[in-house]
Amino acid sequence: MEKIPILRMGDYLLVTIQVDMHDRLAMALQDDLTKRISETSAHGVLIDISSLEMVDSFIGRMLSNIAGMSRVLDAETVVVGMQPAVAITLVELGLSLPGIRTALNVDAGMELLRSSMNGI
Amino acid sequence: MAVVSKNDAANVAEILRSHQNSILEEWLKAMTGATRRSDLMKESELRSQASRFLKLISDATEAAGYDTHAPAWSATKEMLNEISSSRAQQGFTPSETATFVFSLKRPLFDRVRAAYAGDPQALTAALWSTTELVDGLGLYTFEMFIKTREEVIRRQQEDMLELSTPVVKLWDGVLALPLIGTLDSARTQVVMESLLQSIVDTNSKIAIIDITGVPTVDTITAQHLLKTVTAARLMGAECIISGVRPQIAQTIVHLGINLLDVTTKATLADAFLLSLKKMGITFSREKRDDQKTDQK
Repeated sequence: MEKIPILRMGDYLLVTIQVDMHDRLAMALQDDLTKRISETSAHGVLIDISSLEMVDSFIGRMLSNIAGMSRVLDAETVVVGMQPAVAITLVELGLSLPGIRTALNVDAGMELLRSSMNGI
Repeated sequence: MAVVSKNDAANVAEILRSHQNSILEEWLKAMTGATRRSDLMKESELRSQASRFLKLISDATEAAGYDTHAPAWSATKEMLNEISSSRAQQGFTPSETATFVFSLKRPLFDRVRAAYAGDPQALTAALWSTTELVDGLGLYTFEMFIKTREEVIRRQQEDMLELSTPVVKLWDGVLALPLIGTLDSARTQVVMESLLQSIVDTNSKIAIIDITGVPTVDTITAQHLLKTVTAARLMGAECIISGVRPQIAQTIVHLGINLLDVTTKATLADAFLLSLKKMGITFSREKRDDQKTDQK
């Protein structure tokens, strides 16, 4: 079965979604990620969705859920590299993902995580 | 009936051919009297068009009768097409263009009447079919005219859409989108897409949407703006709305639109300064000694 890899980079977890998400994959990611956060006690999660070209309301809500869960587990979530079409779709679906931090690319996202870590 | 019409057609073709010159003269006179526009078109040009047209219809009637769908009529139709599209572009009114064909009726009918002088029954039939022919051609001209006009309108609309959404780069990482004109759904879609695409292409963290040129802001416009801002935020860029005029600020508050989550500035300059500040860029005025000495 396909699986989305979760990489550990020091204090952060890096999730790169390279395939089009379907519902079961998203559920599996949610399980895996929460497990990994508690295992590694990571303080930041970076989700790169630059290869994701299609979203539906389910995936949109999943992203928002994952961010919420990570926050409960004391890990800041940054979603990076959202494509314009995906952003427009999410807005049209009424999912403005409040509470999720965003950045243009992985670089900017890392910087954002680091600065928010330093702030604590 | 078909046979009769064929005979009529042959007769009319004969009439057209033998009286070509006199019909042309009378036709030109009728056009001059009705709606000729000497400011838009030269006499000689009109004359050559008219004589070519007469030649074409007499050939076509001879070959295919009154059946205007027949291939023999295609040359005539092509010419009408050409005439009406060139007139639509030259600025003739629709009735002036249609009169080109309709004013042919009188000279043509006079000849037909002369030819069938002894037989009222046949005359009526011939007149009827001739009327149908000329009307058909006139309507065709009209249709082509409208088609050309619509083509022009469609092209202008497209031009306007393209022209009205330039995304300009103000600084490395700062984009500006000066909006001009009313924002409807179709335009907002284009605006939104081009802004978001430019954000990705230029890797910009801040986008300034300047609405100085937007005459009115209603709930729909505000919603479109908010959507754009939200979409940009989802991609990791920040939006600043600038150029809010006093009138628009009043409208926004009266309409109860929530723009609290969006940074707004009165002018593009303020917004630009803010974005530079956010990027940690500072300016200072250089002290220039040579200027001071100049002033002394």
